[in-house]
Amino acid sequence: MTPFVDVAFLILSFFMLATKFKPPAPITITTPHSVSSDKLKEEDAVLVEFDSVGHVYFTMNTKKTSDNNLKLDLIRAVNSNRNLGLNDAEMKSFMNYTTVGSPFAEIKSLLDMPKDQRDKVKQKGIPVDSTNNELATWIGAAKVAFQGHTVLYMIKGDDNATYPTFKGVIDALKKNDEYKYKLITDPKAVPAGTELYTKRESGKKDEE
Amino acid sequence: MADIDVSGGDSGHKKGPGVKKAKKLSTRVDMTPMVDLGFLLITFFIFTTTMSTPSTMKLYMPKDEKDPKNQTEVKQSGALTILLGKGNGIYYYEGQLKEDGSNFKSSTYKEIRDVIIKKKKDVMEMGKAQGYPKDTLDKDFMVIIKPNTEATYKNTVDILDEMTINQVHRFALVDITDDENKLVKATEASNGIK
Repeated sequence: MTPFVDVAFLILSFFMLATKFKPPAPITITTPHSVSSDKLKEEDAVLVEFDSVGHVYFTMNTKKTSDNNLKLDLIRAVNSNRNLGLNDAEMKSFMNYTTVGSPFAEIKSLLDMPKDQRDKVKQKGIPVDSTNNELATWIGAAKVAFQGHTVLYMIKGDDNATYPTFKGVIDALKKNDEYKYKLITDPKAVPAGTELYTKRESGKKDEE
Repeated sequence: MADIDVSGGDSGHKKGPGVKKAKKLSTRVDMTPMVDLGFLLITFFIFTTTMSTPSTMKLYMPKDEKDPKNQTEVKQSGALTILLGKGNGIYYYEGQLKEDGSNFKSSTYKEIRDVIIKKKKDVMEMGKAQGYPKDTLDKDFMVIIKPNTEATYKNTVDILDEMTINQVHRFALVDITDDENKLVKATEASNGIK
């Protein structure tokens, strides 16, 4: 039995070291699959997520923790742009946890909540309609706050979300003159016999 | 008489015939509980582990061009328009949509690849006839993707992925026109897609 137990503990230590815990997400999103081979990197990024019913969430990620004050810059800008009337504590709450998914009218009450409660509360999503695209304001403010940084604009959508939500998100980015996005997907194998397959087999790199 | 009893205090050292030797205890420990716990942890970590890190797919959109003069012109012969509808419906037509809609065809997500490959081949042969350089034979090939409001995000990403798979270098994500949408709706109704 001893060798058996040895192997078992080896596997145990492997999993313990290899495990990266999923960060708690306020929403569950099943991403579509793509053949893309680029791995998701930790960078300065604006992450826009939308779930199956089309609720849009905004998150600002900074690579270095020292850049955390940029988040404060962002919420200050949004606060003065839209007259949200946030106080310092509420802005600090945003800095600690930037994921928001509420219209501007409800941001204040959302940021009043403690962090763990914010995850539980049902948010209505940031409006992305063509008439009232609040996401554009968020992205615009993030762009200003991130000035001088290389920023990735990442979109993470649910399989079952409909196209208008995606279009609304793209429109918000376009309004801010951002045309390059990264869609977060799950990897899948390239179908055999296709052009991409032969290309990858021959060792050529994908185009930029 | 004046004897000092030396042995008195040390009498315990003497192992008389009645004193038993300390029994050598086995150093083996019962491992069963530890192993149990070990397996419990293995199961826990296996279940919580996220093995595959998500990948990212690039999407570059063009600037919105209001001025029709600056808009990209697409050769009719090289254009393939793919329409996405509800219930994973997918429709396509080559070149321009005829008034009577006779070149409007239905497809599936499995079959659309063959459609794209065939069209690409045709256009490349046309390019050959035109005398294009070898590496830009597919210059005139353009796929126009038009999801309607009921297509899902998955449909959109799938078809964008199909562009990568088939190495389509020019494609665009465009809004659907009313006429096209009507045709899609009519086809959906006749096929009984709800």
